[in-house]
Order: sequence, then C-alpha cells, then structure tokens
Amino acid sequence: METVPATGLLAASWLLIALPLAGAAVLLLGGKRTDRWGHLLAIGTVVAAFVLAVASTVQLSGLTTKSVGVELFTFISTGQLDVTAGLLYDPLSAVFVLLITGVGALIHVYSVGYMAHDPARRRFFAYLNLFVAAMLLLVLGDSFVALYVGWEGVGLASYLLIAFWYQRPAAATAAKKAFVMNRVGDVGLALAVFVMFVQLGTTSYAGVLGSVGLLAGGTVTALGLLLLLGACGKSGQFPLQAWLPDAMEGPTPVSALIHAATMVTAGVYLIARSAPVFDASPTARTVVLVVGAITILIGAVAGCAFDDIKKVLAWSTVSQIGYMFLAVGLGPVGYVAAIAHLLTHGFFKAGLFLGAGSVMHGMGDQTDMRRFGGLAGRMKTTFVTFGLGYLALIGFPFLSGYWTKDAIIEAAFDRGGVSGYLLGGVAVLGAGLTAFYMTRLMLMTFAGRPRWEDGVHPHESPAVMTAPMVVLAVGSVAAGFLLVEVFPLADWLAPVFGAPEEATAHVVPPLAVSVLVTLVVAVGVLVAWLFVGRREVPVVAPERVSLPVRAARNALYADTVNETVFMRPGMWLTRALVYVDNRGVDGLVNGIGAGLGGSSSRLGRTQTGFVRSYALGMLGGAVLVAAALLAVAS
Amino acid sequence: MSDFPWLLTMIAVPAVGGAVVAALPRGRDAQAKVVALAVSLVVLVLAVLATVAFDVGGERFQLATSVSWIPAFGVDFALGVDGIALVMLLLIGVLVPVVVVASWRDTGPGGRPMKAYFAWLLVLEAMMVGVFVATDVFLFYVFFEAMLVPMYFIIGSFGGPRRQYAAVKFFLYSLLGGLVMLASVIGLYVVSNSQLGEGTFAFDALRQLEIDPGVQKLLFLGFFIAFAIKAPLVPFHTWLPDSGAEAPIGGGVLLVGVLDKVGTFGFIRYCLPLFPDAARDFAPYVLVLAVLGIGYAALLAMGQSDLKRLVTYTSIAHFGFIALGVFAFTTEGGTGAVLYMVNHGISTGLLFLVVGMLIARGGSRQIGDYGGVATKAPLLAGVLLVAGLASLALPGTNSFVSEFLVLIGSFPTWPVATVLATVGIVLAALYVLLMVQRTMHGPARGLVLEKPGAFRDLGRRELVVVAPLIALVIGLGVYPQPLLALIDPAVAATMVDVGSDPAGTEPVTAEPTSEQGAD
Amino acid sequence: MSLTNYLVLAAVLFTIGAVGVLVRRNAIVVFMCIELMLNSVNLTLVTFARATGTLDGQVIAFFVMVVAAAEVVVGLAIIMSIYRTRRSASVDDANLLKY
Repeated sequence: METVPATGLLAASWLLIALPLAGAAVLLLGGKRTDRWGHLLAIGTVVAAFVLAVASTVQLSGLTTKSVGVELFTFISTGQLDVTAGLLYDPLSAVFVLLITGVGALIHVYSVGYMAHDPARRRFFAYLNLFVAAMLLLVLGDSFVALYVGWEGVGLASYLLIAFWYQRPAAATAAKKAFVMNRVGDVGLALAVFVMFVQLGTTSYAGVLGSVGLLAGGTVTALGLLLLLGACGKSGQFPLQAWLPDAMEGPTPVSALIHAATMVTAGVYLIARSAPVFDASPTARTVVLVVGAITILIGAVAGCAFDDIKKVLAWSTVSQIGYMFLAVGLGPVGYVAAIAHLLTHGFFKAGLFLGAGSVMHGMGDQTDMRRFGGLAGRMKTTFVTFGLGYLALIGFPFLSGYWTKDAIIEAAFDRGGVSGYLLGGVAVLGAGLTAFYMTRLMLMTFAGRPRWEDGVHPHESPAVMTAPMVVLAVGSVAAGFLLVEVFPLADWLAPVFGAPEEATAHVVPPLAVSVLVTLVVAVGVLVAWLFVGRREVPVVAPERVSLPVRAARNALYADTVNETVFMRPGMWLTRALVYVDNRGVDGLVNGIGAGLGGSSSRLGRTQTGFVRSYALGMLGGAVLVAAALLAVAS
Repeated sequence: MSDFPWLLTMIAVPAVGGAVVAALPRGRDAQAKVVALAVSLVVLVLAVLATVAFDVGGERFQLATSVSWIPAFGVDFALGVDGIALVMLLLIGVLVPVVVVASWRDTGPGGRPMKAYFAWLLVLEAMMVGVFVATDVFLFYVFFEAMLVPMYFIIGSFGGPRRQYAAVKFFLYSLLGGLVMLASVIGLYVVSNSQLGEGTFAFDALRQLEIDPGVQKLLFLGFFIAFAIKAPLVPFHTWLPDSGAEAPIGGGVLLVGVLDKVGTFGFIRYCLPLFPDAARDFAPYVLVLAVLGIGYAALLAMGQSDLKRLVTYTSIAHFGFIALGVFAFTTEGGTGAVLYMVNHGISTGLLFLVVGMLIARGGSRQIGDYGGVATKAPLLAGVLLVAGLASLALPGTNSFVSEFLVLIGSFPTWPVATVLATVGIVLAALYVLLMVQRTMHGPARGLVLEKPGAFRDLGRRELVVVAPLIALVIGLGVYPQPLLALIDPAVAATMVDVGSDPAGTEPVTAEPTSEQGAD
Repeated sequence: MSLTNYLVLAAVLFTIGAVGVLVRRNAIVVFMCIELMLNSVNLTLVTFARATGTLDGQVIAFFVMVVAAAEVVVGLAIIMSIYRTRRSASVDDANLLKY
C-alpha cells in the first residue's frame, strides 16, 4: 500500500504522542508543586490528544490515499541499517488512536475520583500519561523498531502502574512478573526485527510488508511465529497468560485501561499489522488459531472459579483476547472481526472494570465477591452500567458483544472441515462459559443477601466516576451495532486489509450460528443461576471441591508449571553458579596465586645460608654445564 | 584551531592538576576537591572542543601530535583520535567531574585525608585519556600499564574492608595480561622490522603489515588475553567483582565505566585491524566466551547478596554483548559495540553511583539489609529504577540503541549466538527488577527501620550528580545519531581492515544520511 | 715438557682446591683453597698461551691475579669482622643470610 506525506493536521500527529509525554514529564519533574493541578493537566493532554485524533481521522477519511506518513528524524543510521523515527496514520492506527485516547480520557477522568485520597495521585497520573504516550507510539510508529520502542514503553508503564502501591509485596512481585513475562515475548519480537533486517534490509512496515513475497516459506513462518511470541507475551495468551491476572494488583483504572482495553490488545494489533506475513504462512496462522482457541478455554475455565472480582474480569479478558487471536488466525476474513471485537471489548471491559472499581470504592477496597451481595439497591448507577457491560460481554442479542463475537464464531465455522467445526465449537463453548462466569459474578455481587464485612457501608461513587461508566455503558450497548451496520468497520479498514469479501456460501448459516450461540449463552446463564443465584453463597470458599474446580482455581496450574520448570531450577542454577564462581573460577585464580606464593617460599627453604652447600651447588652446576658442552661437541 | 595540541593538553592538564593537588599542604582537603573539580571540568570542555574541531567526514586519525620519543626503537609519542577514541574521551570528560562531585563528602577509611584520592583521580584521568589517544602501540602499552598505578592506590588506600586484597588482585591480574601483551608488542616490532626494513610501533604502519598466519595467531592471543582480562570476559572476570566491590564508589565508577572499556576498545582498535585473519579464526571461540558471559554473569548477578558485586556482574554480562558486537565483523555490530561502551559507562556509572548513595545511607552493602526504601526516599528509588532500566536496555534509554545495534549487527554473522544473547535480555530484566524489588519495594524493613533518620531523599549535591547522567541516558536513547555519526566511519574503516563483508564498506552510501541526522 | 703435564697439574690443583672449599670449615682455609683454584686456572691459561703462541691467555692470567688480590682484601676483611663478632672463623657459623 502506498503512503503519502502528511499534510495539515496529520503532519502534527506527533503531537498525539508528545502531549501526554509532556504531561508525564511535567508531573514527574515538577514534584509536589504540581500536586494540586497535576491531574487536570494529565486529563487535559489526553483530551487534547483525543480531539486531535478525531480531527485527524476526519481529515484522513477525506483523503484518497488513506495512508499518511510523518517523518520525524533519523533515529539510527549506521552501516546498512537506517531507522527513521516516523509515524504512520492509516485507518488501522486511526481506530486504535481513537480507542486509546477516547477510553484513556474517560479513565483519566474516572481516576480523579478513584485516586482522590491517594497521596501519590500525581505520580499515578504521570504514569498513566506515560502509558498513553507509549501506547500511541506503539500504534502510530511506521516501523517495527518504533513499534518495539512503544511495545516496551507500555511494558514499563504497566510495570510502574502495577507496582504503584509498591509497599505491598504482592504488587511489587506482580509487576516484576508482568515485566519479565512480557520480556520473554519481547525476545520473539526482537528476533523478528533482526530477521527482517537480515533478510530484507529494512524494518519499516512499508519495506517489510511489501516484500514478504520475496522471502522463503520457512523464513516467513519463522517470522510469523516470532511475532506471535511477542504478541502472546503482551496479550497474555497461552503460554504466557499467567501474568495478567496477577497484574490486577494495580489500581483498578489501570486494570481497565491497560490490562483490558488497550495494552493487552497490542498483540492483536501486531498480528493484524503484520497481516501480509501471516497471509503468506498458513502454518503460522494455524499456530495463532491454536493459541487463540486454547486461551479462550483457559481464560473461561479459570474465570469460573475465582472469587476475586478483578481476577474474574482479568481471566475474561484473557479469554476474549483469545477470541481476537482466533479471528486474526483465520486470515483475511477475520481481521476486521478481530478489530471490531477489540473495539467493543475495549468499551464493555473497560466499563466492567470501572464498575468493579466503583464497587470496591464503596466496599472499602474489598475484592472478594463472597463479601459482596445485594449491592444492586445501594449502587444503582454502577449496577445498571455494569449490567449493560455484562450483557454486552455475554453476547445478549443486539448489544455490542453479540455483533462482534458472533462474527468471529461464524468466521470460525466458515473455515470449513473438521478444524472449522472444532474451532467454532470451542468458540461457542467459550461463549457459554463466559455467560456462566459473568452471571455468577453479577449474582454474587449485586443479587442475593448482603454478606458485607462489619463496618462497610456501600455507597454510590461520585459523579466524576460514574460519568465515564455511563459513557462506556452507552458504548457497550451501541458500539457493535454502529461498527457493523451503521459505519461498517470493514469498509473503513478496507485500505489496510483489502475490500470486504462478499458473503460466500456459509458452512453454517449465520442465523443458525446466532441462535446456537444465544441458546448456549442462555444455558450458561441458567446454570449459573442454578449454582449461585438459587442458594446462599458461603462467605468462605468451600475447601472440599472436585478436581476440575480445584484445577480451575489454580488457573490450570500455569503458575505451578512456571515455578517448577523455570523458577526453581533457575534459582538452583543461580545458587550453584555463585558457588562455582566463588570456589571454582575465582578459586582457581586465588589457587594459582597461593600456589605460586607457596612454591616460592618452599624454594626459598633451599637457601640455607651454609656457604659450602652453595659451593656444592655451583660445582654441580659447573659439572653439568661441562658435561652438556662435551655431549654437544661429541 | 585544529593545530592546537588538544590531546596533549588533555593529558597534561589532569596530570599537572594531579600534581598540584598532591602538592597541597596537609589538611587542605577542601581545596583539593575544588581544584580537582575545576581541572576535570576543564578536561570536559577540552573534550567538547576537540569534538568540535574533529571533522566527521575527514581522515581517520585527526588532531594528531607526534614527537620522537625513543628513536632507537622507533617509538614515538604519537597521539591522535578517530571517532571511537573521541567518544571515549567525551565519556571520560563527563564521568570524572561527576565522580568528583559524588565523592565530595566521602571520608577515607580510618579518617585518612582525601587529598590523595582526588590527586590519584586526576592522574587516572590523564592515563585514561592517554590510553585512548595513543596511536603508537608502545605508547599505548605504557599508558595501559601506567593506568594501573593510580587505580591501585585508589582501591588500596580508599576502598572497603578488603581493599588490600582487592587492589593486589586487580594489579597482578591486569599486570599479567599487560606483560603477555608486551610480548606481542615486541613481536609486532620484530615483524615490522623484517617487513619494512625498519622497526616501528606506529599503528598506521603496523596496520599495513602482512603477518604470517601462525605468527598472527600468537600475536593476536597476546593482545587478546590482555584485553580479555581488562574487559573482562568470563572466565577472566573474577578480579572485577572484588575490585568493584571494594573500590570507593567514585573509583568503582571509573573502573567499570572507563577502565574496563580499554579492553573492548583494544579488541576493536588493535585485535581486529592488526590481526584480521587471526581474529576471524578465533572469533567463534571469542563468541562462545561472550555468550557464555552474558548468561553466566546475568545468573550470577541474580545470585549476589552484595549490591556492588551485583553491579559488577551486570557489567560483565554487558561486556559479553560488547565482545559479541566487535567480533560480529559488521559495521552495525561494531558501531553498536562502541556505542555500548559509552552507554554502559553512563548507565552503569549511574547505577553504581545510586547504589553508592544507598550504601552511604544504610552503611551496608548487603541487599538483605534493605527493603522498602522507596517509602522513605522515593526519588532515590526512582533514580535507581531509571539506572536499572537503562541497564536492562529498555527502549528510550541509551543502552537500547547500542544493544539493538549489537544484536542486529551480529545476527547475520552469528545467528545462534545472537539468539542466545537475546534471551539474555530476559535475564537482565530479572536481575534489575529483583534488585529494585528487594531494596526499594515492599514495606520498610531492615536498616530502613533501624535507622529511620538515615534514609532521607536525594540531596541537592546528589541531584547534581545524577541529573546529567539521567539526561544523557534519555537524550542518547532518543537521539543517538550524533554519536553514531562520529563512530560509524571509524568502525567502517576497521571493517575494511578486517576485510569484512559488504556491510563494512557500505557506510559510504550511509554517510550522507547520518550527517543529515546530526544536523 | 708436554702440554699434558701442565694441564694435569692444573687439574689436580683445581680438584684439591674444590674439595677443600667443600669440606673445610675454617674460612681462612676455604679462602686459600679458592686461591688454589684460581691459580690452577692461571696455570691453564698460561699453558695454552704458550702452546698457541699468543699473549691473550697471559693477559687474562694477570687480570685474574689482580682480581684475586682485590678479592682477598675484601674477603679477609669480612672474615676478620665476622671473627671479631662471633669469635669463630667457621663458615658454617655465619649462616644468617638465608630464606
């Protein structure tokens, strides 16, 4: 695809990144002086970025060539490597920029209320601004290097925000875990960049994606798999999913913005952006499908068993991103569906997290759903907005999730053959499980009798918090319909992914899929009601539970595997190496030193001070020399 | 302006300054600091002016001065800089004033007056400048060995409890390598004598020699062992943790920040162009050491309980990356390696300084004695995190650019080694974040509870110390091109000497863009 | 007289001197034995000088004599001072210079 130099507002799209970055810098360097107005500045920069993004997108929609490049400066140029810092504003990045700045602005506003009593609120907003800047760089960069810079930038912001309450050991550990597991993925992304440079001599999107055809099949597959590894790390996909639920140690707005709506979907962005690579390698695509399908089930199963409201939502996020991976793995038919689901998910999951935050706010930071119950009456706005998000997520007909998730399931069935049915089946099963765990969450939180701890007085959150929730709830209701029927996303993204294909013969008619999914969802809701809604929820989780439940509570033992396979042997190895280094390598060095010293003092003992023994030595030496001379002469 | 003997002045000023400080009467520590700071700032200004006088597109060695020194053996006191040496001069220029300010409040062991410490610092600066600007191999050797003396006294007189042991170990280990190198230096002279009819130590003449492969291997090994000890590469590394841990913070910064770079500088300046065939033959073995070092030192860093030893082990891991870049035989890798030397000096220097500030508060080097420092001193915690992030090569910090270049440059030549080294970045994240978590995060405990008054946040002087380094960490992370433009031609010339692949000759076309970037 | 006789005599003198140095303890005797060895070497030098008809050997013999004289002066002085402090001229008693 051709790219034209930017004009007008689009030429200023670097401001999108610069504004929040400047906000973060002012807040971090300004210190306590900015405590009073710092959060307002932070909101201001993100809102300004949002306005700029809307205007830029409008301008972009008027252009004939919907791909605009902005060259900034030479970042690295040495040898054959030439990396220019540049931005690419095209329909795909535009969609992401709108999502990031839009949801970001809402969550900034919400945070003013949520973090009102935190002494370090300024620092929080600085990190949040930093995140927005890095995330925008990630989606706006015009090369894989720029993407990588943003990629690790959001990783840093995520680390800082998870560890925001660093006094808590759990938060510090979770942050470290998130960063390290992300780095495992980053290795894949970095290697992918190396392969691109070696094979194609460039790392820009235009250069790489335009010449995928020149590469050997094996190289393309390797490239795809490396990119996928990076995507799995950032998006919490199997086998790197374990960090995401732990990341809930961060403040709730962080969970909403970073670990639900934007950063964790960066993996989907990466794969969609690298579409030509995956189009050229069916093997890589198949692996994406398998990863997506496995993750849908892991997330959904684990979501059913946790009692912590944020962890349930986190596992739900893992599972929903699994849907998106499944969609991008399907190839050209799935890209648009994946992005659409990503957008609607951004709305309803952010809304759900904000709702959860509102509940926690009212319940004295309690997150155990067994201590909730009967909150519907006390927190009406939260209940309604949360409920709408819930309905959108489980795919209640004509709400957001219904449109976008069903599209993915349809596409999965359309793949045809056994694999099509298998993937479709997994997707439908996932939808059922989603309905189950979300209904369980709703019932445990808002229905039933109160199981509050003593001294807790639930109350509705202030307007500064509920307003963003209302906006997101509206989005949860309408976004799907708007994106599919009113402003078709497929048409908007056509310049990136190609024109939407005309509906070919479906393996399973769309209506049948819709009915099937709706039925399964209904079953899920019903089962949840049977298990949770009908009877009293015990305040303490039952100890004696069946094997599957225990496995689900342990998130299918992913942490256990990580611990036994990597952590324990790693620690053992580290200790062994420290011993080897001190006693072995350094021991050798010190040993040589000691040996030399010892032998010299031993040799010194031969100097007895008796003149006559020296004389004997001299005589012996003279005889030896003479004998040697004679031997040589003869 | 280019006729001015910049380099000679840069050696003479700190040397004379050191003598002046030493000549101050007893008990004038306060004046000693001021003089040392002034002199080191003058050197910084000189380094900047020399950079201005340096013509990026010009010939390889510039600002050259040459005086006949020992005519009987063709030894000249010849100085000159290329881009590689120039960036090292800038690094020295920046680090020494920072170190002087950082040592402002230090007290010697047992109340020993600090005058001598500042005198030795200045002498060390003179020697460090000399070792990078010498273009005569014999002169290089002289500076290489002479550099040990001030560092020996800095560690041995002003270090921690085991300073004597560490200083002797440092001195003997380095001396051993130096002597092996001396044999090779003499060997080079003999070869030049037989080939040119007249013995010489001039780098430019030696570069032209066609040395017999067998001899080349021996001579290469002589240089290589000296530099591998200096750098240090695993398994020649065990002197560094001892020296680094026992050295006073300022001396430690210069030790890991600059002194060790002489080793990697030697790889790219001497080992590669003088012995191209031998370098190619031995490269796979060097690579094994480099990659082994990256993983081994990273794991060891994780296992350390002593903060300063931890930092030195991270440095050893980084030197593995630098060696990888040098022996990749590509311009990208070589440029990355040289940039890595500068960046490592800045980021590890910063890390060392912050760790020193922490130790100054708690009075213990043990990680286990700290915990939750961030609750008392958030700024200190923040600076430690920034230094740590620079150390783990996060994009946006300076180290990222160099590590990226090293890896991308070595990938074409050594794919397997590069993949293994890339895995090292996960380990880097682990050792940095583990340290940050153990010392800074969590509730306050250990010494932080026992000495609540001691853990105040960074003071004004400490901010002056860290601010320039942080600015460089971020500045060079976002816009490294000015330095790359300096380094690139010199590395490209080296690659031509080695007879490397087209990537080495490419910069002829790449240069215009790099100049454009420097505007 | 043939060359051999002189050389044999020199060898015998040298051997006597060498054995004397090794087996005697009295410093004065050791000293005299050393002189004996030097003189045996002188004899050899002069013998060969005479046989080859050159002066080199004789010149060296003079050198040896001069050096021997100087050595005797220094050596006797040392022996004297050792005797004064230790009341003994035995070389085995003066073994402080060791390790």
